[in-house]
Amino acid sequence: MYLRKLALAGVFALMGTTAMATCAFENSIPLKSLTAGFEAWKSATSAMAECGNFTPELDQEFATKQATAFAANPSLYHIGGVANETIVPLINGGLIRPLDELVAKYGANLQPNQLIKVDGKIMAVAMMVNTQHLMYREDLMTELGLAVPATYGEVLKVAEAIKASGKVEYPLGGTFKAGWNLGEEFVNMYMGLNPVMVNADGTPSVNNADGIKTLEMLKALTAYMDPEYLTSDSTFVQQQMQQGKIAMANLWASRGGAMDDTAESQVVGKVNGAAAPAAVAGGAPATTLWWDGIVIAANISDDEADAAFRVALEGIDTEMVSAHSDDAIWLIPGYTPGRLAGGAIATATATPSAPSYPSTTTQGLMHGALGNQLQAYFTGEKSAADTLAAVEADYTAAAKEAGVLQ
Amino acid sequence: MKTSTFAAFVAPSLVMMLIFIAAPLFYVFGQSFFLTTPVTEQLMVETCTPGFLVQNCVQETKSQPKLDADGHIVTQTQFVGLQSYAGILEPAKAWAAVSALDYGALMAIDFWRALRFTLMFTFITLPLVLLVGLGVALAVNNTAKSLRGPVIFVSLLPFIITPVIGALAIRWLFVSDGLLNHGLEWLLGHPVSMFSQGWTIEILMMFFRVWHVAPFAFIILYAGLQTLNQDAVEAAIVDGASRWQRLRYVIVPHLAPLIIFVALIHLMDAYRVFDEVVGFRAEAHVISLQYLTYDFLVPDNTGNRSISRAAASSMLTLIGILILLIPLLRRTWAQHRGAR
Repeated sequence: MYLRKLALAGVFALMGTTAMATCAFENSIPLKSLTAGFEAWKSATSAMAECGNFTPELDQEFATKQATAFAANPSLYHIGGVANETIVPLINGGLIRPLDELVAKYGANLQPNQLIKVDGKIMAVAMMVNTQHLMYREDLMTELGLAVPATYGEVLKVAEAIKASGKVEYPLGGTFKAGWNLGEEFVNMYMGLNPVMVNADGTPSVNNADGIKTLEMLKALTAYMDPEYLTSDSTFVQQQMQQGKIAMANLWASRGGAMDDTAESQVVGKVNGAAAPAAVAGGAPATTLWWDGIVIAANISDDEADAAFRVALEGIDTEMVSAHSDDAIWLIPGYTPGRLAGGAIATATATPSAPSYPSTTTQGLMHGALGNQLQAYFTGEKSAADTLAAVEADYTAAAKEAGVLQ
Repeated sequence: MKTSTFAAFVAPSLVMMLIFIAAPLFYVFGQSFFLTTPVTEQLMVETCTPGFLVQNCVQETKSQPKLDADGHIVTQTQFVGLQSYAGILEPAKAWAAVSALDYGALMAIDFWRALRFTLMFTFITLPLVLLVGLGVALAVNNTAKSLRGPVIFVSLLPFIITPVIGALAIRWLFVSDGLLNHGLEWLLGHPVSMFSQGWTIEILMMFFRVWHVAPFAFIILYAGLQTLNQDAVEAAIVDGASRWQRLRYVIVPHLAPLIIFVALIHLMDAYRVFDEVVGFRAEAHVISLQYLTYDFLVPDNTGNRSISRAAASSMLTLIGILILLIPLLRRTWAQHRGAR
């Protein structure tokens, strides 16, 4: 990862010096960014690099160092890439600046929907939304005469029919890797039943009937997956789908475009997307809405912030989007959704709608506790109730250390 | 050597050890008794985030840290005694499990689960590493002189590979669509999933560790074999000692100090087993004590981490290593005094 990062940084540094033609202005202040490393960020940061004097750092583990790096004075990075969870420590520490003035000055082309507002102030500018969508092998479903499932109950039935047909190795894929991924699966399913994971006073609230229902449904799904599902992350599921080993997966929207990538995929044109299934019939899709966007550090001079904001906007403009429309569900004007974006857009626009992933410290703590404890239920070490009790105990201990519970 | 010369030679490394080993150690030791928390306040905050077409605005109660005049988070540090240790060891639960002879309940506590694996890993790999190392050393010692160079080079290769890379390579070979896994499935005639249950992962981890560390034992013991007194070996042959008896009564006693040295190093290394857990993505099934410390230390995506429990956990690991080393150190000390 480190080497790849270095290589990428090198490539972008080169691009910065050679291809300044497509940026509207020439940047003279040296700027650095720290973002995640997935496809959409590669596209955005390489567009920013066209303005010159810009060094991007793309790192999938960026969250572990972002708050510390932004807390330095002057901040080690000018532009940050964040999402629902990762903006929390930056806001808590007062490490990013309100963007209202900069938006008024330069942001004429931004959509109102893009502006992330906390307590009335614009703290970030979103470039894309991400959520889960149900990817399925349309060719197999048609051949077997199966309807696209709208609830998880139906997913189980369809999976059983696909298993009986023997067409693929495993009917389902899922991002059940122990840790954050498994926690995310739980959050998605649980939120489809009950929006409250943490009470207003900071106490946990997952050890209840909905929590048990969630665990039981997730376990039922794993019966149709590769038995090594506890090591399976998004990239693994994406590859399983691309190699035709699975027929359905509720996967991140940002992974959709890869299904039609002729260099990697053996199922080009055979995969289609639908809204994420609901936990109960008539309910909202059992998923959460995420956004990714840019923030500007607080601990830098106003001139640097000015330049950083202009460069960042160059990276998320219409020109970039029209060149990379399959990389994400962009929020930027000029975006024309591709074939495989349909499922995610259906998820994001469903009524009743899926909730946004909560940007709170307590939610981060809960997600961490879920990631630490849930695997015991799937390996059969603990019952559902014992597992949820362990999650609540883990959460309570961490919440006391974080100062949010007394 | 004059005392002043001795001091001049030793002083730089002593200073280095004080700064880079002793000081952090005492700092972490102290930290394990204190808890630093940010001072938070409950606020009602409206957050607006994008949907695909329109914004979702929600009113949420958030716990936010208070900031001081300079914009730094206000924190408070309090002495909590052994609370962090208790948070890891969970003595009440553990004692209840032990007195009820409920193995499953004890293993439900992360620390005891990690300790079980760490100890088993250490004690199973130790004899294997020594045996394989000694075996390879004897084999190389008995091959023709012209072949020794290449054989030594090939035997050392596993030791040169970075542990995480080696662990990843093994994982990719044995994961569900891995090359060797396909081979196994073909041999056995049914699907094999090496990473879907704990015991197969543990076997792979131990196999990997022995494969990786045996060359270290080999090279040390091979060097020891070069100093073996050939007269003693020949005398044993004349006395009619079999190959096994020569090994048992001449070679192994000669190598004993080196065997203890290798055992010391291996105990310390194996007790800190970590790379295998990460490389094999084993955290769902198997965790080690070192992994536990790491897990406390890594912040979640909203920036929370458990520094105090991480400090306590690393202190517990240190205590564990010391307990393991006591018998070996006592033996070395006794020999040292005997030699004087």
